Amino acid sequence: MDIKPINDIEKDIIEDFGLFDSWEDKYEYIIDMGKKLAVLEDEHKLDENKIKGCQSTVWLVASYEDGRIFFKADSDAVIVKGLISMLIRVLSGHTPAEIIEARLDFIGEIGMMTHLAQIRSNGLLSMIKQMKNYAIAFQAIDNQQIDHK
Amino acid sequence: MATLDLRQQFPILNRMVKGKPLVYFDNAATAQKPQRVIDALTHYYTHYNANIHRGIHTLAEEATAAYEAARHTAQEFIGAAAPEEIIFTRGTTEGINLVAYTWGRQNVGAGDEIIISGMEHHSNIVPWQILCEEKGAILKVIPVNDNGELAMDVYRSLLSNKTKLVSVVHVSNSLGTVNPVKEIIDAAHRAGARVLLDGAQSAVHMDIDVQAINCDFFAFSGHKVYGPTGVGVLYGKKELLESMPVFQGGGEMIKEVTFEKTIYNDLPYKYEAGTPNIADTIALKAALDFISETGKQQIRDHENELLAYATAQLQAIPGLTIIGNAKEKVSLVSFIIKDIHPQDVGVLLDNQGIAVRTGHHCTQPLMARFGIPGTIRASFALYNQKEEIDALVTSLHKTIKMLL
Ligand SMILES: Cc1ncc(COP(=O)(O)O)c(C=O)c1O
Repeated sequence: MDIKPINDIEKDIIEDFGLFDSWEDKYEYIIDMGKKLAVLEDEHKLDENKIKGCQSTVWLVASYEDGRIFFKADSDAVIVKGLISMLIRVLSGHTPAEIIEARLDFIGEIGMMTHLAQIRSNGLLSMIKQMKNYAIAFQAIDNQQIDHK
Repeated sequence: MATLDLRQQFPILNRMVKGKPLVYFDNAATAQKPQRVIDALTHYYTHYNANIHRGIHTLAEEATAAYEAARHTAQEFIGAAAPEEIIFTRGTTEGINLVAYTWGRQNVGAGDEIIISGMEHHSNIVPWQILCEEKGAILKVIPVNDNGELAMDVYRSLLSNKTKLVSVVHVSNSLGTVNPVKEIIDAAHRAGARVLLDGAQSAVHMDIDVQAINCDFFAFSGHKVYGPTGVGVLYGKKELLESMPVFQGGGEMIKEVTFEKTIYNDLPYKYEAGTPNIADTIALKAALDFISETGKQQIRDHENELLAYATAQLQAIPGLTIIGNAKEKVSLVSFIIKDIHPQDVGVLLDNQGIAVRTGHHCTQPLMARFGIPGTIRASFALYNQKEEIDALVTSLHKTIKMLL
């Protein structure tokens, strides 16, 4: 499988946003991303998959295949869903180490830093933290297995 | 009421947000401050900053006089019988906690009951839960009907000789409902219970006369009455405050301290341990004076007009449902829009310069009662204008179009 480095995907998104000169265009793009996010099956919409610290409900699940993490998510708020969709586009399919190290500077570059500031209201920071926590957990499992070998 | 003249006294209203003139509709969360409140703060720090009640120098005398003048103004503002019935706190939350930790611990025991309502702010739920858990007491809840009014018949049936306290919100911050507090208080007193009113939302809109309504405690916050943050008022009937145990210990609240025994100070200082929030308390006086001079009736007339206009305009938007249709309401409209999350609306309105509140408004049980995750709340103040409601309606149409 050929996967673009995280940095390159971030650059793509920054370029996309560079084309927008109004807030409407930006948000329409995010809303569109939200609407297009792959569905998360109802069986995953469990309390244990909910991210705390969001005004809206956000579910996030991760699977680990051949050293790569794949995320799936959903939210009842479409802008938040669009933001998760972008995070998934950037992080999904990468190795735990790559995800842990990702700086995600694109969020500031595209002017969504204010969403980071509103930690309690829409929890972008909580989502990132949760994604990184998955990466840390999968990495720990790998290390344990190596130790046992 | 000359709204334009009043607006000019609020410098923040001139600012732009995201390139658009600010429309501030989050007044129920906190109100903006008139210039005279801001001036009172800087004047204090520029000219007579000193610790109060202790110094014998000129600055200390001036600061003490200004601080105690604020107490008199607060007393008049809510119609208390005596200045010592006014305790300065950090806000409504601290006022309620003070009562829970002092009066509550002294008077509530195992099997006793405390009645709150289904529309309480978390500040008027959690302190009583803590108390009930500690004492083995029971928390009872007055239900809310579909219009957002209290089920008074159920309330009356909840009252019994086990009821020690009824603690309810005077005006709901999520629905705008004005509760029939006189009726609530009279019924509670007949059952032998005391009543605390959460006045966080009512103090700014309603005429408050604690003696006429005969509540035992009344708490409100400075920042919601055009005053500074970090200061509030707890009113308590004198005989109650006198019989209650102390809250925090420290300076100011004592008469005499030896290692064997401390003699506590008289009211109200008994409940004001440590150096109080002198600057903000002095500026609170400026805010209360501002309201009194503007005239609560005039403010209410203006706000009621805004409420009627906003209700009609918002109701006409397809898919929009107003949550809270009580017969008596203050100038606040909570609503939801079909198939749209409140938070999405809040984000897009902010991009159009409009500040509203979205979410559960610290009333999660109430949101659960209506089966919704939260609402969008536009709350109006004396400086808001019909044109701003028009701007909200226009922006909402655009927002809905973007989201659907
Ligand atoms: C009804 C009600 N009660 C209590 C509070 C708490 O007030 P404060 O945070 O100023 O203590 C608020 C403020 O949000 C409120 O609206």
